[in-house]
Amino acid sequence: MLEIITFSLLNGVVYGLLLFMVSSGLTLIFSLMGVLNFAHASMFMLGAYFSYQIGTWIGFWPALVIAPLLVGAIGAAVERYGLRHVHKQGHVAEILFTFGLAYLVAESVIMIWGRNPIENRVPAVIDFPAFLLFGTSYPAYKVLMMAISVGMFAFLYLAFRRTRLGLIIRAALTHPEMVGALGHDVPRIFVLVFAIGSALAGLAGVIGGFALLTEPSMAAALGPIVFVVVVVGGLGSITGAFIASMLIGIIQTFAVSLDYSLLDLLRVFHVVVSSDSAFHEVAAVKIAQAAPLIPYLLLVVILIFRPRGLLGRRDA
Amino acid sequence: MLEVDALHAYYGKSHILQGVSFRVGEREIVSLLGRNGAGRSTTIKTIMGLVQSQGAVRFKGQRIDGIKPHDIARRGLGYVPEDRAIFPDLTVRENLMLGLKSRRHNERRSRWSLEDTFTLFPLLRERADAPGGVLSGGEQQMLTICRTLMGDPDLVMVDEPTEGLAPKLVELVRELLLEIAKRGVAILIVEQKLAIALAIAQRVYVMGHGRIVFEGAPEALRANEAVRKEWLEV
Repeated sequence: MLEIITFSLLNGVVYGLLLFMVSSGLTLIFSLMGVLNFAHASMFMLGAYFSYQIGTWIGFWPALVIAPLLVGAIGAAVERYGLRHVHKQGHVAEILFTFGLAYLVAESVIMIWGRNPIENRVPAVIDFPAFLLFGTSYPAYKVLMMAISVGMFAFLYLAFRRTRLGLIIRAALTHPEMVGALGHDVPRIFVLVFAIGSALAGLAGVIGGFALLTEPSMAAALGPIVFVVVVVGGLGSITGAFIASMLIGIIQTFAVSLDYSLLDLLRVFHVVVSSDSAFHEVAAVKIAQAAPLIPYLLLVVILIFRPRGLLGRRDA
Repeated sequence: MLEVDALHAYYGKSHILQGVSFRVGEREIVSLLGRNGAGRSTTIKTIMGLVQSQGAVRFKGQRIDGIKPHDIARRGLGYVPEDRAIFPDLTVRENLMLGLKSRRHNERRSRWSLEDTFTLFPLLRERADAPGGVLSGGEQQMLTICRTLMGDPDLVMVDEPTEGLAPKLVELVRELLLEIAKRGVAILIVEQKLAIALAIAQRVYVMGHGRIVFEGAPEALRANEAVRKEWLEV
């Protein structure tokens, strides 16, 4: 039992950090620009594909650096040459624009790499057991995922707290107009934040690509969960996004490893549901089977009882 | 220094500014008066490039209409908004540092330093590391003005600086505005209340229904009961 808890917790943290790497960028972009970027998970997917492609050419380590930078550059271009012009037409136009962009990316990926999952295996250089726990080895690449996520956040945190640019971005989160009136180039800040957010999603794609499945639908699969994270955490709150990421990461990982159903719980209380009861089939569903539902269940519950999310301060 | 010529602005279909023209000279204190909804705030937002408009705005002889707010600020035009726009999560010191327009700010050549602010308002020094959001209304008003001054503007436009302040704090704002003027900065002050505007301004404009309806010296406005009755008194 302790073994299951430890490994689930470790895997949950790794998954939670991955979710946070994608959702922090999304919530940052939303806070600053008011844009709910539906193409954000596409940047995650691009990160995975780019790192695979670059990895086959020049190896994993250069890919780890180049792929996120490339995705960041694409993000910057999207803001500068796309969103900035759409912005004048209002939020609905912006959302439609990012929606279209998500499809554009998905179709492009299919054209280049095909419909089937690509063989984005864990690179040999990081595919070895890192340590033994309860006689089971824990893979090095997951340790690396954790280290990269934590390192990246420490770096960004310091950059936000200690640099002048970080100061300007933090100010623009609440009063972008005033930041402009004080003489700071806000549109340039928008491009930069879009680039940083995209690069973060790209980096998550690099390290998540081989842990998950690299396929054209991976953006569509991750996107909704990232939205759940952002809404549950509270739109615009980075800390909220962190808590929600960890919460969903850990809960979902635990749920997958729980092979129990409602029937088992009822049995503890000596309630027996006969097998010809209509309720039996529902109650027999294992928690592991229902795991994918959990984030959305959380979303619905949060929206009913705490519409601004855990730490949200402003309305959508 | 600032010349506004036939300025028009719209919010949706409503015609907010209907050909506003006025000017502010070098080192001059000018008041823009009028009731709520007369278009005073819109006028200075428009000058700052925050509202789209038609018409010409010249600052130091150059056209600034149609250019971006940060560019306008960099040419030496300062703006203090009515809602104060204090960055609530940033400390008082960080709020002030944001007033600097670049890292290569030359403190010796600037008319204002962090030290000036702290000397004028010891309370802000005491709370330098507290978040801006916890300050009282009066403290926030001083902070927002000083923040704009940090960028060393040649003309500062202040929107309703005494609104909602106790008489003692209004006096403090008045002293600060006079100090600003003493250092050679021109001031355009938007007010609803007559008292402070008449006390410190050299010239006064009155706005009504998106137009300038009166221009003259404070004494002339004081003497002109008809204008005061029709356009100012509630």
